[in-house]
Amino acid sequence: MSSVPLSVYLVLALILFCIGLFGALTKRNAVIVLISIELMLNAVNINLVAFAKYGINPGITGQIFSLFTITVAAAEAAVGLAILIALYRNRKTVNVDEMDIMKH
Amino acid sequence: MNPLIWIIPVLPLLSFVLLLLFGRRLKEASAHVGALLTLGSLVLSIVVLLNQWGGEPVKETLSWLTFGETTLSAGYLVNPLNALMLVIVSLVSFLVQVYSGGYMHDDDRFPIFFAYLGLFTFAMLGLVLSPNLLQLYVFWELVGVGSFLLIGYYFYKREARSAAKKAFIMTRIGDVGLFIGMILLFWQVGSFEFDEIFAAVEAGEISEGWITLTAILIFVGAIGKSGQFPLHTWLPDAMEGPTPVSALIHAATMVAAGVYLVAAMFPLFQASEAALTTVAVVGGFTAIFAATIGLAQADIKRVLAYSTVSQLGYMMLALGSSGYVAGVFHLTTHAFFKALLFLAAGSVIHAVHTQNIHEMGGLWKKMKWTAPLFLIGAMAISGVPGLSGFFSKDEILAATYADGRFGLFWIAVIAAFLTAFYMFRLFFLVFTGESRGIQEKVKESPVSMTFPMIVLGILALIGGLINTPFATYLSDFLAQNEALEIHHHETRWWIPVVATGVSLLGILMAWLVYVKKKVTRFSESAPDLHYILLNKYFIDETYDYSFVKGTRALSYFWYYIDRFVVEGLVGLVTGIVGWFSKIGSRFQNGQVQLYSSVAFAGMAILLLVVAWIGGYLT
Repeated sequence: MSSVPLSVYLVLALILFCIGLFGALTKRNAVIVLISIELMLNAVNINLVAFAKYGINPGITGQIFSLFTITVAAAEAAVGLAILIALYRNRKTVNVDEMDIMKH
Repeated sequence: MNPLIWIIPVLPLLSFVLLLLFGRRLKEASAHVGALLTLGSLVLSIVVLLNQWGGEPVKETLSWLTFGETTLSAGYLVNPLNALMLVIVSLVSFLVQVYSGGYMHDDDRFPIFFAYLGLFTFAMLGLVLSPNLLQLYVFWELVGVGSFLLIGYYFYKREARSAAKKAFIMTRIGDVGLFIGMILLFWQVGSFEFDEIFAAVEAGEISEGWITLTAILIFVGAIGKSGQFPLHTWLPDAMEGPTPVSALIHAATMVAAGVYLVAAMFPLFQASEAALTTVAVVGGFTAIFAATIGLAQADIKRVLAYSTVSQLGYMMLALGSSGYVAGVFHLTTHAFFKALLFLAAGSVIHAVHTQNIHEMGGLWKKMKWTAPLFLIGAMAISGVPGLSGFFSKDEILAATYADGRFGLFWIAVIAAFLTAFYMFRLFFLVFTGESRGIQEKVKESPVSMTFPMIVLGILALIGGLINTPFATYLSDFLAQNEALEIHHHETRWWIPVVATGVSLLGILMAWLVYVKKKVTRFSESAPDLHYILLNKYFIDETYDYSFVKGTRALSYFWYYIDRFVVEGLVGLVTGIVGWFSKIGSRFQNGQVQLYSSVAFAGMAILLLVVAWIGGYLT
């Protein structure tokens, strides 16, 4: 079994995370922002699994932890979407730029 | 006897308070209230003076303030000098108040005027009774306040306002000297009390240098108050006040306070030859300096004002020449004849409504009382034999000569000639010849105005008899004060002759120039000199260019330093902070995305720093 080195997984996770971060910070549509957050979470999951397999102390802990994260991420997505819908009902928009009442 | 003394200054104070409270209701009766209460002071003062005659000095003090070992006290002191001053002040104040009842008749603020007179009289009497320097200083400043209010009485006139301010500021300059001198004396002696200071001086506890320094500083205070050169400029300007005020302030009280101060501190001055010389030289210079200015002035009151400055110079000259009796004697006679002259001038102004002597003339026949009384005053100040001024001026000349100050002696003789000349110039221009430019009918003033003038006229006539070469009552009386060493100097027979000669010569000159017109007027024969004298040697202009403009230039300099350098630095600091906060506030736009970007950037920087410090990057 030709082994793919750990660094490749890590670089993949890094790229995914950066794409997610970029999307979360720059996109104006709140739905895309939520999706980007999912991307960042999945980048973390890749990291966890990669370390579980190739880390200094390989074991099952990382994989269990990633399953846990996926569950939490699903819940988070549900809550995020619910908030988004509530916001949409009030403000008639999903545009992040217009959601600036925090400064008041 | 004792309880009477403190009542003397309280009565005018009472008049001040009463008139402030009830002046509006009393209206014309204010004059009666003020005059009656001052009459009370006068009667008590005369009682005190008579008791002093052959009696012991009286001193009563209460402790006022105690700190550590030192106690400051307040109280009163009566010795021959104080008793004499009490009578002079209360007498002139009483007469002026009677006179003002007529003079100020139509004034809207009639009661306030008498209230101010009460305050001023209170301050002056308090000053005279002070047993220590500190209390004297308090009343000294109160006198300044009183004079400020009185000179600025016509406050709606710009000149009066600025004259009042000028008087206050110029005398304040002198007061600073007095204050420093007083504090230095306190430092050296540990007491403000006159007797303790004199005892310390006599016991040689203070070094010669300190005595000279403190005496000269105290004399600076006297220069300011008594209008001596170079702080004399306020006095002529103070003529903007009502004429009775000029009589009160410039004849008997405020300006005499400076002379009184030197006389009261005389043992201190006596202990230092340098201080005495300073006093004598300043006095002698002022005497002739002011007399020359008096030659050219056209305003009747200003001539009298410069004459006052000149006569005060005489008194200082006398004191500086160890002529204690001569100085105090001239102070007394001057109070009578100068108050008379001012009141007579006021009467003339009251009648003709102008102060310019070139517009007057021919008043002798129209003013049956004022004119002869003015003549008495002019003769007294000129030193015509037999009148009060003759004796006191002789005494001064004799004292100066006996003290060996021959230069100053001849200066004083010349000043006496000038005095006679300008006084009779005034007299001839105002009262003789033909009327020049007065259209309305001139009436003699009412009795309330002529009565005080008659009293003063009698005193100016016979006042000199209290100390003639044959009967030295005043000298003996003042010699009761043991702290003083009074020199009895021989009167040289030729001094009165010279004095009489120059004064008669002055009168003759004035007669030739202004009545006979045989000699051309000095404004025509020496126009340049006349111009300088008319402009008072440009002293005011000099002060304006040096001190006023200098101060202003310096102020502008610091103003710009403050405006640009200091404020620039402050502006820079606030600008930087403001710039940062402006940048910072731009981040707070309420959008979560920017917040998280900043948070992320911050974390990235932190990580970088940690990595850098931890050496992971090498």
